[in-house]
Amino acid sequence: MIARDEVLHVARLARLALSDEEIEPMARELSAVLDHIAKIGELDLDEVAPTSHVVEVTGALRPDEPRPCLPREVALAQAPATSDDGFLVPSPQA
Amino acid sequence: MSDTANASSTETPAGGPPGALEAVIGLEIHVQLATRTKMFCGCELSFGEPPNTRTCPVCLGLPGSLPVANARAVHFGLMIGLALGSELAPRSIFHRKNYFYPDLPKGYQISQYDEPLCLGGSLGEVRIHRVHLEEDAAKLIHVGASGRIHGSDASIVDFNRGGTPLAEIVTEPDLRTPEQASEWLRLLRTTLRQLGVSDVNMEEGSLRCDANISLRPAGASELGVKTELKNMNSFRFIERGIRAEIARQEKLILGGGTVVQETLHFDPGSGAITSLRSKEEAHDYRYFPEPDLLPVRIEQAMIDAASADMTELPAARAERLRVEVGLSAESARLLAFRGELGDYFEAALAATADPAAPAQVLANWVTGELVSRLGEGEDPASSRVRPEAISALVGLVAEKHVSVGAGRQVLDRLVADGGDPEAIVAAEGLAAMDGGDELAGIVAAALEANADAATRVREGNPKAVGPIVGYVMRETKGRADGTEVSRLIHEQLGI
Repeated sequence: MIARDEVLHVARLARLALSDEEIEPMARELSAVLDHIAKIGELDLDEVAPTSHVVEVTGALRPDEPRPCLPREVALAQAPATSDDGFLVPSPQA
Repeated sequence: MSDTANASSTETPAGGPPGALEAVIGLEIHVQLATRTKMFCGCELSFGEPPNTRTCPVCLGLPGSLPVANARAVHFGLMIGLALGSELAPRSIFHRKNYFYPDLPKGYQISQYDEPLCLGGSLGEVRIHRVHLEEDAAKLIHVGASGRIHGSDASIVDFNRGGTPLAEIVTEPDLRTPEQASEWLRLLRTTLRQLGVSDVNMEEGSLRCDANISLRPAGASELGVKTELKNMNSFRFIERGIRAEIARQEKLILGGGTVVQETLHFDPGSGAITSLRSKEEAHDYRYFPEPDLLPVRIEQAMIDAASADMTELPAARAERLRVEVGLSAESARLLAFRGELGDYFEAALAATADPAAPAQVLANWVTGELVSRLGEGEDPASSRVRPEAISALVGLVAEKHVSVGAGRQVLDRLVADGGDPEAIVAAEGLAAMDGGDELAGIVAAALEANADAATRVREGNPKAVGPIVGYVMRETKGRADGTEVSRLIHEQLGI
């Protein structure tokens, strides 16, 4: 099973606040996922190229042509906090 | 967790005595590409529009929206790759770079990781590691307590910039000194500007530079632990920032300490270097392939189109100026690597059909006399001196209508007020004196006033002529021709 510290590190990266009671079950669930991946890792895949995408389509680029933007009030409508002209957030380094 | 160092405390160790430390520097340059729209959506790029008026569900990271890569950004990326002699990857893919910050609405930045658009290459003596495409972050406007990043309680996010296409150019650690780093960056900037792929304006952030810096014993082949110095927004700050970080590491190492790998911020105001992000988070980005974007396949037609849009690059221009225009290698390099000087010189060269002076003389006036009269890094095209005016002035000097000294005075006037050199010469009475009686009389007076010097010249000390010539130049306000003055002195002294 993965270590408690590792669970807390991953939780921190994902900005999740785990309670003490949640840490152990989370470690068990994450370990189950990793065990499953490890099982796949047993296959001999030396001859198989990594699959980053399941389809290979070419020419899927967009011409550099402007499209309408959202009106600002619409863009800001669902933000939890706004100022006159922007999204208001806690200062990242406060 | 913050280390501070004073920028002015120590000089760089590079090129020092045996046993000294040597700096190893690599650069990462972010260039905003001059497309019309953003990297993955059709929002127009912003040039000072009111905040949050250039957004859409894609660049706001709203659920259900899907990015599509901008063909012109890929085109510009290929042009950069061609200019740097990179290998253009037949297939490249986008990755998600995961981290939380309010300027990143999706919780990840779409970037490229192990399959970038361009690999390898070089510019000048510096090898290129890679070039990849990514999206810019939004802009944070800090409000509250101090208005600066530390100590303010709230920030406003402006997503106009979020999603702007960026090319990130990463060099190999081939640079050794702060001066070399800023010099090379000028060459890269000129190259990118010539390509037309970016505004390359450092003050406005369309060209940003980070430096990776480590120290090692001079001559060693292993690299030391590096730090990353972030976002220096002028050539001067880059030199000062790198110099300060080298000094900080050197002090640390010589004091028996070790350098810790971390991301640092240089404050040009105080010269202080501070740690930017805590270490455990800085390099844990958990990259994985972006499932919402298809791989980019580079076809021959795309490479052909990129080749067709290439213009003459600085290295080629330097060669042409040297071979076809006949400039010295040094002048050719200077004019080619500072493209605005090259443009100005070539405009001045073209202004006179049958110039009296060789091109090299004109180049010397532009790169020497004119540049020294302008502000640091100022484009002569935005000065009051029109290219045809300096061309005409150099012609007047070459034909000895105006002495070199008087020519400099005319240039002073041109820089201050603009205008036409011939008109200034006429108005200020700066036309060269011919070798007639007037000049002979002034030379005679000069010999009388500097009798000691005259004696020493007669006794065979040629250096003693200085005060005599100086007297003549003062009396004639620099209008006398130096060669003629020298001839008259010798004639009157009978030597």
